[in-house]
Amino acid sequence: MILEASGLTVRRGGVQVLDIPSLALPAGQVLALIGPNGSGKTTLLQTLASLQAPASGELRFQGRPLDSRAGTNAYRLRVTMVFQEPLLFDTTVARNLEAGLRLRGVPGPERTPRVREVASQFGIEHLLERQARKLSGGEAQRASLARAFAFRPEILFLDEPFSALDPPTREALIDDLAAALRQTRTTAVLATHDQMEALRLADLLAVMQAGRIVQTGTGAEVLNQPVNAFVAGFVGMETLLSGVVTASGQGLFRLAVGGREVESVGGPAVGDAVLVGVRPEHVTLALGPEAGARVASSARNRFQGTVRRIVPRGPFFKVELDVGFFLAAYVTPQSLEALALAPGREVVASFKATAVHCIRT
Amino acid sequence: MGLVWEGIKKAVELLWTLDPEVLGITGFSLKVSILATLVSLVIGVAVGMALALNHFPGRRVLISLINTGMGLPPVVVGLFVTILLWRNGPLGFLEILYTPAALILAQTVIATPIIAGISLAAIQQLPPDLRLQILSLGASRWQMVRMLAIEARLPLMAAVMAGFGGVISEVGASIMVGGNIKGSTRVLTTATVMEAGKGNFDTAIALSLILLVLTFAVNAALTHIQQRDRPR
Repeated sequence: MILEASGLTVRRGGVQVLDIPSLALPAGQVLALIGPNGSGKTTLLQTLASLQAPASGELRFQGRPLDSRAGTNAYRLRVTMVFQEPLLFDTTVARNLEAGLRLRGVPGPERTPRVREVASQFGIEHLLERQARKLSGGEAQRASLARAFAFRPEILFLDEPFSALDPPTREALIDDLAAALRQTRTTAVLATHDQMEALRLADLLAVMQAGRIVQTGTGAEVLNQPVNAFVAGFVGMETLLSGVVTASGQGLFRLAVGGREVESVGGPAVGDAVLVGVRPEHVTLALGPEAGARVASSARNRFQGTVRRIVPRGPFFKVELDVGFFLAAYVTPQSLEALALAPGREVVASFKATAVHCIRT
Repeated sequence: MGLVWEGIKKAVELLWTLDPEVLGITGFSLKVSILATLVSLVIGVAVGMALALNHFPGRRVLISLINTGMGLPPVVVGLFVTILLWRNGPLGFLEILYTPAALILAQTVIATPIIAGISLAAIQQLPPDLRLQILSLGASRWQMVRMLAIEARLPLMAAVMAGFGGVISEVGASIMVGGNIKGSTRVLTTATVMEAGKGNFDTAIALSLILLVLTFAVNAALTHIQQRDRPR
């Protein structure tokens, strides 16, 4: 563990805004803090980067506690942070990139090759002599990331570094950052409210809610097995169903929801009230029974229902259905056309029992 | 109109022939105001940055006082500095009333709040996260202060020019603490007042033209700074 935090709390105006009993950062891994705005991601990031002092708690870097001013200053020389705004200095790109090296007393002849190296890593070699204030938003954020990588920090803290960029610029930059992180094996903590961004860059996800970490795990764990309704909603498990268990056995159980029965894997007792979730990408749509819906399928759950609403979702469409309960499904534009989906259309929705995740019993 | 025209013609002649008296007054004016601005620069930038970067009880009161000070009527400053330096005043032992030192002191009192106020605003208008960004790049607190000052160098220069513009053009304080003594404490503004009073419009216009050029130069530089792109 390169960085460990224990009993971390931060108070602002007498109110506790952060409460992290313990958090450990494995060396070389990327941890994404995800959560809505105001959930404490930035506060946690700044506290971990020792840019703000916690009200209580302890940080240990490589096993040694950061308990003195000298210790904190030494720590700050080994980690760095990239913000949402590029925050470049009003000088050339090259001078910006060498800022951290200068502060570490790296002599000029050694700085130049390092600056060239990170500039080419982030595709801004041709901009080195440009004034920072003449850069576009994407170029500026590239320069900001390159400035952080230039002095080879041991931990990189990234606070929503892409959220101010337009989608194509963001896509390209996420790829370059992912490559740089892999290549340098830099430990990183990324705060973001975008789960796709988190999944692409991070090895581990930590979901934050109201100043606490409510779930930590791999992307698959968090997306498919959210610990509560908040996490489920945040990670896009759009269908959340609460009902009562009517039958249970052989690793399967049945749940009564809105006059229908949903089958799911798991073993809660009959009579238990449970909350289950289904991810929209796990729901398949077909046309009504007359259109041959009786084909053999391993999907244990099949429901006839009506399309209520169709919402564009980037490369997909989200189809909201009423099948006795609310159910959301993702379809491609091709499927939307092939099935002639429109509000009012009757469809059959199916999903496997294993796609139903039991959130709470 | 004839009076004005004659005046301008003579004024240009005075400037063209480098009239020693006009040149002397101009040189002395510049010397006094530049020195006062330099002293104000040291105090004002330090105070402005300290107020921008620290939070302590009474900070708001102090900022209000500085903002008030930015519009301090020079004649009021002149009055208080005169009382301070009066023979049996608190600083009377210095015996500097009606000397260039008194002029510099009074102009410093005028320029310091101007420079402090604009410096404060200059640092505050930097992105709030810039301080954290600098610290996270590994800067010590002093390195951070220095880097912030470099980032705010243009507005800080604007502060200096505003301070200089304020003192080179004020007349109330200079006439009270300096007394417009020929060859000793006579500056552009006090000389203009006197020459106009005596009916020597040509000299008065020549002196005013110099003041106008200085004011124009200061404002042109300020405008240039204000219209510049901001870094991302």
